[in-house]
This record gives sequence, C-alpha cells and structure tokens, in this order.
Amino acid sequence: MAKIRLATTWLDGCSGCHMSFLDIDELLIGLAEKVEILFGPLVDYKEFPEHADVTLVEGAVSNEADKKNIVMIRARSGILVSFGDCAITANVPGMRNRYPVGEVMKRAYVENADSVPAGNGGVRSEAAGVAFQTVPPLCQKARPVHEFVPVDVFLPGCPPPPEAITFLLTELLAGRIPDMTGRTRFGA
Amino acid sequence: MKQHPQKKVRTDLNPSRLLTFKIDERDVSAHEDESILTVARQNGISIPTLCHLDGLSERGACRLCIIEVKGVAKLLPSCVTFPRQDMEVITNSERVVTYRKKILELLFTERNHVCSVCVSNGHCELQNLAVELGVTHVRYPYLYPRHAVDASHSRFSIDHNRCVLCLRCVRVCDEIEGAHTWDIMGRGITSQVITDLNQPWGTSETCTGCGKCVQVCPTGALSEKGKSVAEMIKRRQFLPYLQMMRGRQDDSWQK
Repeated sequence: MAKIRLATTWLDGCSGCHMSFLDIDELLIGLAEKVEILFGPLVDYKEFPEHADVTLVEGAVSNEADKKNIVMIRARSGILVSFGDCAITANVPGMRNRYPVGEVMKRAYVENADSVPAGNGGVRSEAAGVAFQTVPPLCQKARPVHEFVPVDVFLPGCPPPPEAITFLLTELLAGRIPDMTGRTRFGA
Repeated sequence: MKQHPQKKVRTDLNPSRLLTFKIDERDVSAHEDESILTVARQNGISIPTLCHLDGLSERGACRLCIIEVKGVAKLLPSCVTFPRQDMEVITNSERVVTYRKKILELLFTERNHVCSVCVSNGHCELQNLAVELGVTHVRYPYLYPRHAVDASHSRFSIDHNRCVLCLRCVRVCDEIEGAHTWDIMGRGITSQVITDLNQPWGTSETCTGCGKCVQVCPTGALSEKGKSVAEMIKRRQFLPYLQMMRGRQDDSWQK
C-alpha cells in the first residue's frame, strides 16, 4: 500500500497541537509505516511539497505571510485539516483582535520590553522597540483558517487530545473523512 | 421578566385541564400549564437549553430549545410554548437541528469565548452545547468585539466577553435574592447586563454579595475571584431547594 503523504504546519500558534501530536506516543511507530511526513516542524524539509495527501494546519491566519501561505497550502493539499482551536476560532492569537495592531505592538515590544535584554551582558538597550522591516506585518485581526480557504476537517481543542488526533489519522488512513462530533471540544 | 403564566392553585373546583398530544410521534399527557419543554423532559425526551434553569422563570431568550409544531410555520421555543390538545411536536427534525447549530454558532461569534483560557473551561454549558450539537467550527465571521471586565466587586468579577445574555443572573437576583441588582441595557447585539444604574459592581448599593448570580451563570462570564483557568465550578443545587423552602413558607408546596 502506498504511504499517505502527510504535511503539518503552523501559522500563528504555540506548537501545543504539534506537542499533542507527539503525545500519541508509541502509535507514532505504527504510523511511520503508513505515513510519509513531507513537511512540518517535526521534520527538516524547507519547502512545502508540491502535493500532500493530508495537511494539518495549526494556528490562526495572523499576518501577511500566513495569508499567502495558506492559499498555497490549500492548493497543494488533498485534505486540509484545521488542527486545533487557533486554526478554527483564532483562539489565543485572536485575543489581540480587540485592540488596534499599533497598540498591540507597542504593548509587546516597547512597554513590556526588557530595558536590560537577556544576552546583552547586563547592558541597557538603547533602542526602544524593534524595527519590523524583516518580519511580515500583522493583519488587523487574527482569523480562522476557514475564513480564507475551504477546510475539509475540523479538529477542535487547545490542544486536541491525543486520542482525537489518533482517531482522525486512523479514519483518514482508512479513507474516511472523520466525524469529530463528541470526541473533542473547544478549549483545553 | 415574569412571562411564565402563574401557576394556579389547584382545587377541586378549578382543576388543571389534562391534555394529550404528541412529541416525536409519542403520545404524551400534560397539564395545560406545563411547558412543552417540561413535558418532553418528563418523558425522557431531551431538548438542549441554555437560558432555562430549573427554579427560575422562563425567558425564551436563547432559542436553543426550539421545536417544530405541525401546522405552524415558525419554530417555537419549547420553554415558553404550552401544549394544546392533539398538537404534534417534533423536537429533532433536520430543520430544528440545523437552526440550533446556527444559533449556537452565532452565540460564539458575538463575544470572545476563548475556551482555552476561561475560568469555566470544562464546566461550561456553552462549551458543552457545542459538543452536544456537534459544532466543531463556526461558519460565521467572528465579531471580536471589545468588552470590559468589571472586577470592582470584592469577591466576584464579570467578564462581558463571555456573557451569552441568558439573563439568569438578572432573574435569580430579582426572583430569588429579591435584590434586583442586575438588569439589562441596550438592544440586540449591543445589549449588556448591568449592575444598578450601569455602575461598577463594587459600588452597587443593592448587591447583597450573595453570589447567586455567579453560581447560575452558564459560562465563565460571572466568576469568583481567585479562580484560574478551568477552576470555576458552579454550584446550582441550592436553587430548587430554596424554591421549595419558599413554597413551604407560603403554605403551598406547589410553587
């Protein structure tokens, strides 16, 4: 049997969903025989593959790079799974949505910045805040993945419990679209 | 607020009429002053609810308990709809289930219910309803409104981001505690529960600090101070008991 080509990725998330994926423990060994992991934080490939049969997307669409990437990921994925609450509801990244981006940046990088940054040899930093030329600009709001591209399966949870992840993968391997009703919930 | 018809004291001279009608093809009998929701529950037919709470008056606010009645075009909230002889009620048609899901999804979009960082995570009626109704995502755009948290009370706080406007707090404060500290202002989506004349809860002169509002709140909107994520477990057992004791004071067990 040909292996299922799996990609996992994260947008604006905390990697907690990926940690929960690792928490399926010894099942990973059996899974490795049926699944080829093409891309994701768990492996070292740099480019998203031309085609993945299944892609798990963690995290909300929060900046301009996410917006661009999610369209590419959708186009190159057979079954797209919204993996966890951030992808489904914007969850914690969405908590900034109540405030203007400028206010959020100022709070995070100016007001809450250490005046003596770690690794600076105890020397006070002169710069107030950071320059943002090299990182993608934040969108006005962090939003769920399915507001941008069609999503095939939703796996809620913060993070989704390992049992739910196992069920999802087992169903997908059997060629079925899983019905997650009653197996997981919004929140932890 | 008290829309529920007053239950008459039954005597031999004015007995409550008994009716027979159908719920989901099953023959059931009921007193005329029992809501369809009550009758369904007596017969082991479950209808999801959110604003309803045993021991408080009905409000028909959340619309999750909608049902179909044969011959009526509109869906009706079963908590404030009363049976008629030979009525045919359907509680679980595809149409009803679809609308219940939509209603629940809209509730999620209206405020910022971030379950993962909520004091009521794991003990929340809204969160549980999503599981029960199979809502794994919301098809409407989230509004992400900006709402305040009022922590001015010494023991409790209210997070309007998590309020579903069920108005249990308003009802329990008025009907059980008799203080009527809570009320509601605004209209539609901009409605908000308020204490006294829309002033900080801590400055309320009518609040007795009894905490009944906190215990009946279905979500993490009202909570005890000092509780962290998932630590706020509500205790509602007092409500039917209080009602019963009040009834005894009034020399009537039928309230």
